[in-house]
Amino acid sequence: MTMIRTVLFAGTLALSLNVSAAQAAGDAAHAPEQHWSFSGLFGTFDRAALRRGFEVYKGVCAGCHGLRLVAYRNLMDIGFSEKEVKAIAAEVDVPAEPNDEGEIEDRPGLPSDRFKSPFANVNAARAANNGALPPDLSLIVKARLGGVDYLHGVMTGYKPAPAGMKVPEGMHYNEFFGGHLIAMPAPLSDDGVDYKDGTKATAAQQAQDVVTFLAWAAEPELEERKRMGVKVILFLLLLTGLLYVTKRRIWADVH
Amino acid sequence: MAQFQKPAWLDNSLVRWVDHRLPIFTFMSHELYEYPTPRNLNYWWNFGSLAGIVLVIMIVTGITLAMHYTPHTALAFDSVERIMRDVNYGWLIRYVHMNGGSAFFIVVYIHIFRGMYFGSYKSPREILWILGVVILLLMMATAFMGYVLPWGQMSFWGATVITNLFSAIPLVGDWVVTLLWGGFAVDNPTLNRFFSLHYLMPFVLVGVIVLHIWALHAHGSNNPVGIDTKGEQDVIPFHPYYTVKDMFGLGVFLILFAGFIFFAPNFFGEPDNYIPANSLSTPAHIVPEWYFLPFYAILRAVPANFIGEWTTAWMGFILIEAKLAGVLAMFGSIAVLFVLPWLDRSPVRSSRFRPMYKWFFWIFLIDCLVLGYIGAKPAEGIFIIIGRVATAWYFLHFIVVIPLLAKFEKTKELPKSISEPVLGGGGGGATGASAKPMEKA
Repeated sequence: MTMIRTVLFAGTLALSLNVSAAQAAGDAAHAPEQHWSFSGLFGTFDRAALRRGFEVYKGVCAGCHGLRLVAYRNLMDIGFSEKEVKAIAAEVDVPAEPNDEGEIEDRPGLPSDRFKSPFANVNAARAANNGALPPDLSLIVKARLGGVDYLHGVMTGYKPAPAGMKVPEGMHYNEFFGGHLIAMPAPLSDDGVDYKDGTKATAAQQAQDVVTFLAWAAEPELEERKRMGVKVILFLLLLTGLLYVTKRRIWADVH
Repeated sequence: MAQFQKPAWLDNSLVRWVDHRLPIFTFMSHELYEYPTPRNLNYWWNFGSLAGIVLVIMIVTGITLAMHYTPHTALAFDSVERIMRDVNYGWLIRYVHMNGGSAFFIVVYIHIFRGMYFGSYKSPREILWILGVVILLLMMATAFMGYVLPWGQMSFWGATVITNLFSAIPLVGDWVVTLLWGGFAVDNPTLNRFFSLHYLMPFVLVGVIVLHIWALHAHGSNNPVGIDTKGEQDVIPFHPYYTVKDMFGLGVFLILFAGFIFFAPNFFGEPDNYIPANSLSTPAHIVPEWYFLPFYAILRAVPANFIGEWTTAWMGFILIEAKLAGVLAMFGSIAVLFVLPWLDRSPVRSSRFRPMYKWFFWIFLIDCLVLGYIGAKPAEGIFIIIGRVATAWYFLHFIVVIPLLAKFEKTKELPKSISEPVLGGGGGGATGASAKPMEKA
């Protein structure tokens, strides 16, 4: 009895902590919660959304934002064929190993290469972007309070500035971005990309897809993690139940 | 009835051969099979062994992580991401280690509050308690340095803020800070020595824990009633009774632990630490890991405007003294624990028989939670005032309330023995029913 109360107490505590953290995240970002295929205990990434999201990343984001921690080969984990991945990787040129003369030439990218960043270094990135630095997107979902909802908010949060607010040259008003002034112009527009699967490429659809893709880029282990988690917890519930019975039997002569 | 018997395997000839030369089996038998433990320990007594198991989990996952981690400022962040993405089950090992740090503190804080509630620090267990406080300090140092290793933004800026605290020490402060840094700023030498020490300190921790358990086994566990055991009827052997109870507790713990690892692995973390360290860009709010928040609140309570401007403050001479006061308060909040056995001279250990202390215990617990809440908030407005009041109460509790209670509190009558309430109490699974039904027993 006392044990049950203790467990309940701990569980409630953990839950209430969780709720308050979620609320805090929501407050900070002010971005409305979206429905995500990969949320919840059994969530998995919607494969079609991942594919479309990659198309958005490649067509829209990759001009300024790197994805340096993800390798081209990783795309095979989300349904791209080896042939497709080789073709995608070969679209970029990367420096090769020094040749026999010691010169470094470019070679086409390989599946084992990481995504090539659009700029050679931070200074080049700033120089090309009015002094602003487009962040690498590999971990962006984990690196922002509010995560996927926040990102979705920023993607879709471009609005005319409220009356009286002056938006400096080269900046843009965004409802959900901290401080509301963002250097990035609204990245998504209706039909900004042509989806290969024929889905209508509304800006909202693109936002949903690219955030799904970036969620995968940040947490490629998510599906395996949740699958394993369900099994581990079921096992532990059984084990703990058996241990409880064992404990009761061993203690029977003491009580 | 419980039997104190040497285990049958002690008669095995090979065991006997070894034992004659190295009496390790006799030792095991003595400390587990024949070790008398009060029969009335409740589930709050699970957290000591649980803490030990968490430490083992931390050491095993930590050693594995070290096989793949690179302690260099240019490579550390990416090496952690390599572990997350390319090392087989690297994400699992790292998430266990990451959440294990938080779990360790949860378990140990419960263990400490249990000691406070049931007066486990009192004679003859003062040294046991002091060793426990040493363990807490070592844990804090280890956790702090471990948090620096991924070399994210919070790693870097947390390291900068905390190491700068030492500059408040008069005369040698700057020298100490330079020594910690291995240079003139938090940089590669800092990361290298933190990695080295982070690997070393858990083993120092193991050493102190051995002493902690040694001291424990000298007089055995305290118990919820807080009176000494008086013979066979009050005690049961540790094995199998408490081994199985601890195993069950471990199961419950692992379920919760797995919940975080698999379904909310970044629950206790800061998003900013997934941004690589950048010495040119300060995060908007530098917050330590949650388990340091109460102490962070105490640090900031003294000159409350200091940490907000710490970037300039650590260079500014005038603010040094205010800073020293904050640092002293923070370290004092742990130092006061060392002398708790002498501040509390009440002869009654358990709160069950201390009607006033019991209330002050809960107030103190709430005070610590309030401090934790304040530690997470920016130092501004009402938070400053609440932080100061809560800090003042933290010290008043130890320095004024506890000594006065020891003098003036009218305690309840103690039962004659542990077995009296247990055997006399009206059945059921609950232990100890003499004085009053327990809230949390």
